[in-house]
Amino acid sequence: MKRGKLLFISFSLLVSSFNTLAAQSNGEGSQFLLNSLFVIAALVFFAIVIQVSDNLMAIEAKRTGADKDGNHFGLMPRFYELVGSKLPSYLKNERVIISKKGFDIPLEGQALKEKLTVSVLRFAVNPTNFKGISPIPKVVVEVGDTVKAGDAIFFDKVQPDLIFSSPVSGEIVEIKRGEKRAINEIVILADKTQEFKSFDKPNLGTISREDLVKTLASSGLMTFFLQRPFNTLPNLTVVPRDIFVSTFDSAPLAPDLAFALKGQETAFQAGIDVLNKLTSGKVYLGLDGRGETDAASIFTGVTGAEKYYFRGKHPIGNVGVQIHHIKPISPNDIIWTINPQDVVILGKFMLEGKVVQSRMLAITGANLNKTGYLNLPLGASVSDLLQSEQLAGEYRIISGDVLSGTQISKNGFVGFYDDQVTVVEEGNNFELFGWLLPLDMRPSVSKTFPSALLGGVASAANTNNRGEKRAFVVTGEYDNLLPMDILPQQLFKAIVVNDIEKMENLGIHELVEEDVALCEFGCTSKQPLQTILRNGLDVVKAEG
Amino acid sequence: MLLRRKDNILKVARKDMKNSLLSFFQKIEPDKKKSPFLHTLYDGFFTFAFTPNHVTKGGVHVRDGMDLKRLMFHVVIAMQLCYLFGTYNIGQQHFSALGMYEGFLEGFHLKIFYGLVQILPLFVVANVVGLGIEFFYAYKKGHGIEEGFLVSGALIPLVMPPALPLWILAISVAFAVIIGKEAFGGTGMNVLNIALLSRVFIFFAYPTYISGDDCWVAGLEKVDGVWTASYNGFVTGVLNPAFESFGWATYQNGLAVVDGYSGATPLSLAAKGGWEGVLTRFTPEQMFWGNIPGSIGETHKLFIVLGAGFLIYLGIASWRIMVSMVFGLVITGLLFNMWNATPAMDVPWYYHFSMGSFLFAMAFMATDPVTASATNRGKLIYGFLIGTIGLVIRVLNPAYPEGWMLAVLFMNVFAPLIDHFVVESHIAKRKSRLSKLANS
Repeated sequence: MKRGKLLFISFSLLVSSFNTLAAQSNGEGSQFLLNSLFVIAALVFFAIVIQVSDNLMAIEAKRTGADKDGNHFGLMPRFYELVGSKLPSYLKNERVIISKKGFDIPLEGQALKEKLTVSVLRFAVNPTNFKGISPIPKVVVEVGDTVKAGDAIFFDKVQPDLIFSSPVSGEIVEIKRGEKRAINEIVILADKTQEFKSFDKPNLGTISREDLVKTLASSGLMTFFLQRPFNTLPNLTVVPRDIFVSTFDSAPLAPDLAFALKGQETAFQAGIDVLNKLTSGKVYLGLDGRGETDAASIFTGVTGAEKYYFRGKHPIGNVGVQIHHIKPISPNDIIWTINPQDVVILGKFMLEGKVVQSRMLAITGANLNKTGYLNLPLGASVSDLLQSEQLAGEYRIISGDVLSGTQISKNGFVGFYDDQVTVVEEGNNFELFGWLLPLDMRPSVSKTFPSALLGGVASAANTNNRGEKRAFVVTGEYDNLLPMDILPQQLFKAIVVNDIEKMENLGIHELVEEDVALCEFGCTSKQPLQTILRNGLDVVKAEG
Repeated sequence: MLLRRKDNILKVARKDMKNSLLSFFQKIEPDKKKSPFLHTLYDGFFTFAFTPNHVTKGGVHVRDGMDLKRLMFHVVIAMQLCYLFGTYNIGQQHFSALGMYEGFLEGFHLKIFYGLVQILPLFVVANVVGLGIEFFYAYKKGHGIEEGFLVSGALIPLVMPPALPLWILAISVAFAVIIGKEAFGGTGMNVLNIALLSRVFIFFAYPTYISGDDCWVAGLEKVDGVWTASYNGFVTGVLNPAFESFGWATYQNGLAVVDGYSGATPLSLAAKGGWEGVLTRFTPEQMFWGNIPGSIGETHKLFIVLGAGFLIYLGIASWRIMVSMVFGLVITGLLFNMWNATPAMDVPWYYHFSMGSFLFAMAFMATDPVTASATNRGKLIYGFLIGTIGLVIRVLNPAYPEGWMLAVLFMNVFAPLIDHFVVESHIAKRKSRLSKLANS
């Protein structure tokens, strides 16, 4: 179809340029009319030729049986292909939310769907992973202590009941401190055979909500929840309006959560039951409706949750975007969100009475020899994880995805909330006319790059800033990258000038950093939008 | 396979070129403390040649390949057809005033070279003055040179009459850049469109050079009450001998214009005699294909439409502004056709597209993102009002029969107000939605 379009455009350009010449030399009306008639006749002729050959092709396709699966072999799109997107059959009777905004960044280095075997010995709990925690939490272990998985490691002085527990059993080998004696990392050397602290299995039928929260908090499980607005640790004294779970991640190179959770259906259901006990409202599941076949089949049997399918491009998988479309947050609401892999951790606690803090971790990146998934306790050491990789040159290791992940050092540890490690090349080299005539492929929202014509060819990412920071110049580009009814540019300007009332009115409480990360990626002026948003959130939060 | 090998050869060749250029740049880098101005200049040229080696920090780890330089450069690309035809048309109008070389290809070299002789100095002066001021302010404020003038510098020659004296151009550009832009804080902060501000400066300070019937054709001088061709020393001293050596036709000083010649544009004819008045000198086709006197870049309508289509396809210019501007013009034009009280009102609404500079203003002026409305709904209102107000000025203003420059500048001033109301209505909508949710 593309070639046909191209032919048509070039032909009409040819005709019109010929026409220009003709009209210039004569300028006579009759000549112009004659030319136009000639052009129309030629167009009609071409249209007939194309139509006939198109029909011949369709007939041939039918004869050989190539169009069996409903594939359409014509050159011209059929009418229904032009108007509206045809929903695949599995979405027909479901609640579907479709968004045309957003962008899927095509990157190389997607994790292969196979399980890797790497022995990881060291794990760490990192207090700085938790937003809203005081800088120096109270550590209850010392170097040399041995802990079981589920034992308390530290607690927040603001909420002493909120325990942060150990993901593995082993020996505390190091407590790293940063500036002003802030605690950066508590490193644990894991035992070969894991021991779990045993808890009494709570009975959901009889236990009160308060007791349940207490049990979960004492075992460290409440730390898996994030509270909105502001995306902080949950306040144990409030009852959230609703709890939202997005069962898919649309970020670049993100893990396939349906693959990661295969076989965990029972634990997932048990976890959903816990969520229902914790909220006064409902539990909402955002399901993956992007594909032509149902990718969310393992979640469709879940009971006790409102299910919505989401169809569109990144950031459609972000839970914040889904909340906005299902039931937006108003400034006085409190909402909790939780990662589906952590719902399984909750469920396992209910079923087995132990805290199994482990997730499927995706190892991604174009420069890695081997990408894939592995099931590991949280906070795994990156140097252990990537021990078999020989990375020549300079690379950046990111805990999380390339948009909103955190850069960690070669000896760092995977972040508490992250289920992905991405390795990208550092782009610290000069590029000759790189802004004008780039020779290698790079991801872009803009159609000025040839890759846009080729239809989103994946490229290996690097971390070059691709230009210098400028004032806000282009308007409307964030609107196309944020599938929410929010005026992003006006909001950012309100944050920059510290206009708190306007920030609240424009809906800052509906956003967290990951929601605007794509806008930051596509920003022509290279503005640090996630940082700006976090500053705004901090100001609004401090204002109360 | 072959493609890949070719690609590799290209890459190697470029690597060699890059390394030698990089070492050359490093050799000539001026000391930042001893000569800060030179260093600012150096930095500007260096970042033009090389994308800097900065890496992302603190936010996203991977950035879009698009930056402001690339964006602005594509706007400049979109104008290139207007430049080509504008250059040709300077010569075409000059010779058609003399009654010579009416055909498109007749005297082609004479027209093109005459156009170049006129347009190159305009381009050079506009850019030297504008960029010079930008560089100076970048050095004074201690930040890098920003590419804001890239588009303005390309637009300014296109909106000027071909016979404009260079000193007036220099003053107007200096005014526009200093008062219009640097006073407000530089790139991205200006309230008014820079290219139009420099044009409107001439319009008010030196009106005879940019309005009336005598300024739209270059190279004519009044001798004893008769317009005659007059060429500068470069044309007679360099170009003529060169053409002679090829045996081509040459420029001839002192030729008189044809009988009944007037340099009037379709617009001034329409203001006096309505559509009938326009038809006495121009055919509608002639106006569409650009064979008319006027500002350099505005005459060829198809090329402007192609440029506008290019910008819309790439998503660089806002289609909302362009489309609503067309609607504004059509509706106002229809109303004027119905009213039909003055000669200018009887110009059929569809011919307003091919007269004057409506399309040029639509494609390149109104869509400037810095000075236009920032919200999507605001853009619709903004464009519509430009279309309306511009046509009102064109039809009703007796002194100057063109309205887009003034309409765009006028709406530039009101764009923040439009945005304010759009944002307020958005806030009200959010509030009512949230209160509905709270009650449900």
